[in-house]
Amino acid sequence: MMTNVGNLLTQGQFSFLPPLTDKQITAQLKYALNNGWAVGIEYTDEPHPRNTYWEMFGNPMFDLKDPAGILMEINSCRKTFPNHYVRVTAFNSTRGVESPMMSYIVNRPKNEPGFRLDRKEGPGRQVSYTIHSYATDKPEGERY
Amino acid sequence: MSKQSENSTSSKETHIDLDAEFRKSNIKDVLDKLDNELIGLKPVKTRIRETAALLLVDRVRKQMELSAGAPSLHMCFTGNPGTGKTTVALRMSEILHRLGYVREGHLVSVTRDDLVGQYIGHTAPKTKEVIKKAMGGVLFIDEAYYLYKPENERDYGAESIEILLQTMENNREDLVVILAGYKDRMDKFFHSNPGMRSRIAHHIDFPDYDPDELLAIAKLMLAEQNYCLSQAGEEAFGEYIRLRMKLEHFANARSVRNALDRARLRQANRLFLGAKKTLAKIDLMTLEAEDILASRVFLEGKPDGETIAIKEAKN
Repeated sequence: MMTNVGNLLTQGQFSFLPPLTDKQITAQLKYALNNGWAVGIEYTDEPHPRNTYWEMFGNPMFDLKDPAGILMEINSCRKTFPNHYVRVTAFNSTRGVESPMMSYIVNRPKNEPGFRLDRKEGPGRQVSYTIHSYATDKPEGERY
Repeated sequence: MSKQSENSTSSKETHIDLDAEFRKSNIKDVLDKLDNELIGLKPVKTRIRETAALLLVDRVRKQMELSAGAPSLHMCFTGNPGTGKTTVALRMSEILHRLGYVREGHLVSVTRDDLVGQYIGHTAPKTKEVIKKAMGGVLFIDEAYYLYKPENERDYGAESIEILLQTMENNREDLVVILAGYKDRMDKFFHSNPGMRSRIAHHIDFPDYDPDELLAIAKLMLAEQNYCLSQAGEEAFGEYIRLRMKLEHFANARSVRNALDRARLRQANRLFLGAKKTLAKIDLMTLEAEDILASRVFLEGKPDGETIAIKEAKN
């Protein structure tokens, strides 16, 4: 990844910035809560960009007023999964919208090996490309 | 760095206008509202004024860089039913918010059912969810002594208390917990949970109302709903309160409110059945003596309400 210094996974918001501090996360959470979005915490050790099935850490948090409770939950998720990707999503449940409005990574493994580009030759010299995460060579739970 | 130390040496001479601070915080409105809307409760009001003063002085001290650590604000309200514990808690959250001790100033009112789960592993997430909702505001636990049931050793209440204690200690800036309940049962509760007692700095006892205060409360309640008592009605209601206080299940202001609701019912019935079909505004507003004297408290010496249901069921 030539453009990605430090080989960091770039998914969601703020992923080209240095990791957010707790204070910055709190400010982002407050923005989500002010808009009335429900915040959920998710984790995974499968970093492929097409992997939409991250596990939820606890229930999505509806009807909160203050980000302190969510930050508490983020920290307990970091403690449980120190070497997983943890992201925060803010979900807008308005009818007709019903989709995540924000999503950003708040915890990542210490060492991210990155992706390999695979080329597959097809009939008529056609080449198809795919990316493969080095981390997923190992079984789930032992990847980082 | 050097600038800061300069500040702190010079600030011994600088003066902060406490009055201006007081006005700026807008707590005067809340305290005045407390005085006007709540009848009686002298000791409670004094305590709240004292607490507000402490918090204000603390805030000014912080501006002068005299730090003293975040004060513990967890409280315990004890008193009989209907003495205004929930209402005062609501005002308290407003005062704390205006002084900047809680960020949002909302009140989350819960009882045992909201905190304690029904099976193993259910309690912790449930309690945590309530705590998360109350963050930045005030968590009001009504009838808190139900959390601890010593006769059942497999009760999950203890787990909930443990989590509460932990958050009360670690998240002091995020959350203020107010426990409420009857005096004697709360004393027993604290006796068996010494950790809880030591973490609560303010114990406020709510006294019962005397008959005159209850009458004043009744008038205030009626005024809010655009009703009033006639002269005879007022005398009758005073008599009603005196009789009702001696009966069982008397719940201070709550009983008064229920009695007034029933009087409104009788008034409507009287107007509907009465001969006079053209009514003035004053007729619609006034509760007469007969609306109150029809109560079972006068006729049979029994409280209204509950016994009626039983009789109907028998029929």
